[in-house]
Amino acid sequence: MSAQAKLRQERTAFYRFFHAGRGDSPFKRLLIHLALIFSCVVAVYPVLRVFSVSLRPGNRLLSTSLAIIPDDASLGNYIRLLTEKDFLLWIWNSLVITMATAIIGVILAATSAYAFSRWKFPGRSAGLVFLLTTQMIPAAMLMVPIYIMAARLKLINTYIGLTIAYCVSSVPFSIWILKGYYDTVPIDLEEAAEIDGCSKISSFLRVLLPLSTPALAIVFLFNFMTAWNDFMLARIMLQQEAMLTWTLGLQRLQGQFQTEWGMFAAASILVMVPVMSLFLYSSKWLISGLTLGAVKG
Amino acid sequence: MGGLTPQTITRSLGQVGITVIFILVATVVIELALYFLLGKALRSKYTLPFMLVAPAAIGLALLVVYPIGFEVALAFSNMSLKTFKNPTFGLVQGWNNFKTVFTQPVLKQVGFFPIFFHTVLWTVINLVFHVTGGMALALLLNRPMRLRGLYRTLLVFPWAIPQVIACLAWRGEFHFEYGFVNVMLTRLGLTPIKWLTNPFWNFAAICITNIWLGIPFMAVIFLGGLQSIPRDMYEAAEMDGASAWQQFRNITLPLMQPVMTPAIILGTIWTFNNFNVPFFINQNELETSDILVTALFRAAFEYNRYGFSAAFAIVIFAILFIFAVLYIRATGGLKGVYE
Repeated sequence: MSAQAKLRQERTAFYRFFHAGRGDSPFKRLLIHLALIFSCVVAVYPVLRVFSVSLRPGNRLLSTSLAIIPDDASLGNYIRLLTEKDFLLWIWNSLVITMATAIIGVILAATSAYAFSRWKFPGRSAGLVFLLTTQMIPAAMLMVPIYIMAARLKLINTYIGLTIAYCVSSVPFSIWILKGYYDTVPIDLEEAAEIDGCSKISSFLRVLLPLSTPALAIVFLFNFMTAWNDFMLARIMLQQEAMLTWTLGLQRLQGQFQTEWGMFAAASILVMVPVMSLFLYSSKWLISGLTLGAVKG
Repeated sequence: MGGLTPQTITRSLGQVGITVIFILVATVVIELALYFLLGKALRSKYTLPFMLVAPAAIGLALLVVYPIGFEVALAFSNMSLKTFKNPTFGLVQGWNNFKTVFTQPVLKQVGFFPIFFHTVLWTVINLVFHVTGGMALALLLNRPMRLRGLYRTLLVFPWAIPQVIACLAWRGEFHFEYGFVNVMLTRLGLTPIKWLTNPFWNFAAICITNIWLGIPFMAVIFLGGLQSIPRDMYEAAEMDGASAWQQFRNITLPLMQPVMTPAIILGTIWTFNNFNVPFFINQNELETSDILVTALFRAAFEYNRYGFSAAFAIVIFAILFIFAVLYIRATGGLKGVYE
């Protein structure tokens, strides 16, 4: 192939790249791509920075270098985090609490939403309005009474109060999402099952729930994320060193006077990677679920 | 350092397990009681739905309704760290608490009204950037092109990161010498900024962080809305010679209304109530960077003025409530959301 032909081919490839759609001029396309690339850099750069800091060896933590992978990259911070700090314990504590509360939260929401979707029982509209109103209450507002209640019941520095509080915290939102989804499932399916001899409960368990798997997955994810990422409630409920959840532990690493930058960054990466993969993997579902609850009434 | 020993492993499992068992037993008791009371004694045809709703309803009553009632009671008490065990309740204490909210410093120096002003400023700045930024990205992405999926995934990053990590990481990046914001400024030949100590720049830092965090949510929601607008509307408008701006103004905006209104209401409430960003970025506890909810948290848990902060919380909730009612009235935004 002559150099000229190659150049021509490259030029058309370049042209096609910016001409995938219709109508717009290549120049406009180039501008759009540049704007999007710039936005992506802004969105991702802070994450890359955390990654970069986590790889720096201890003596170079504070540096004005902007390179993403430092020349003398090492896994020292990760090793120190896992051996010197209670990182695994924090993750374990968070994981146990979060899993238990997410499962209970989903069960509570799934059953209530079934009632809200399929029966016109007295107090139903009032209940739905109430659920909506709870979304407006600032979390900080409930902290004072909940803290005092927990203190009087001697539940400070135990996981009991925290677990109970997390179970309920995402229930209103979950009921809304699930009710919206149940409403889109034709009731005929359950009626058919009931004619075949199913009870209300078994038609719910065998017909409606399996059909609602996507919505249940969203709600589970939402419950999980809320408890997993919570800082405020854990901060007032847990004060003992060995009981911390990962959010509290991370904050301790970044203390006011002495910042363990490298270990903080390493811990962030270890927490972030699974959470972000889960989120990005399910983001399409998540969004359709969010809009579904809003649009369908 | 305890570390991950068999003892600590079983402690969390045990405590959480006990709680789960307690919840299960309580549920069974409630369900049986309802079954016999409503089903057998009253023969109500709504026995089953009531039984289904009961566990969630009781949970919410215990952790939302009761605390709110308790909060109102606390607002009429003089409870603080000193009087934690035996507070006195009464109208006088209530009057004092509410009066203190408006007349004396909420924390050490700053009073209610400056903080309220900051909060409104914070909400407006954030929302304007979230909505315009989100709309701009959504419009850019709403066309057939290469790499669209990749852009979409990368742009969602700020939303996907756990907020606590994002906030702490940003706080590090606002470090005077080593944070990348100042490193960039220095390389561009500008003077570095004291993000963490100067009140004005600290407020700016908080806004920057939250704008970064909030744009993806709006962009994704708006993109979903844009995709539901039929393409032939734009084609028809183009035939009639409408400019891009006219198309946006007269087709996109009105048709996006049902998507935008709830997103803006939610965004406003979330921003107004945002705790993590102002709490974490404000490392030096500058009172000028506090918004209402962080001030409330500090008043309650750093200064231990429980009765006072209960009154403060009620004032904050009233503000939000009035806003929501007015906004919903004005736009009819939630019409048909319930029923």
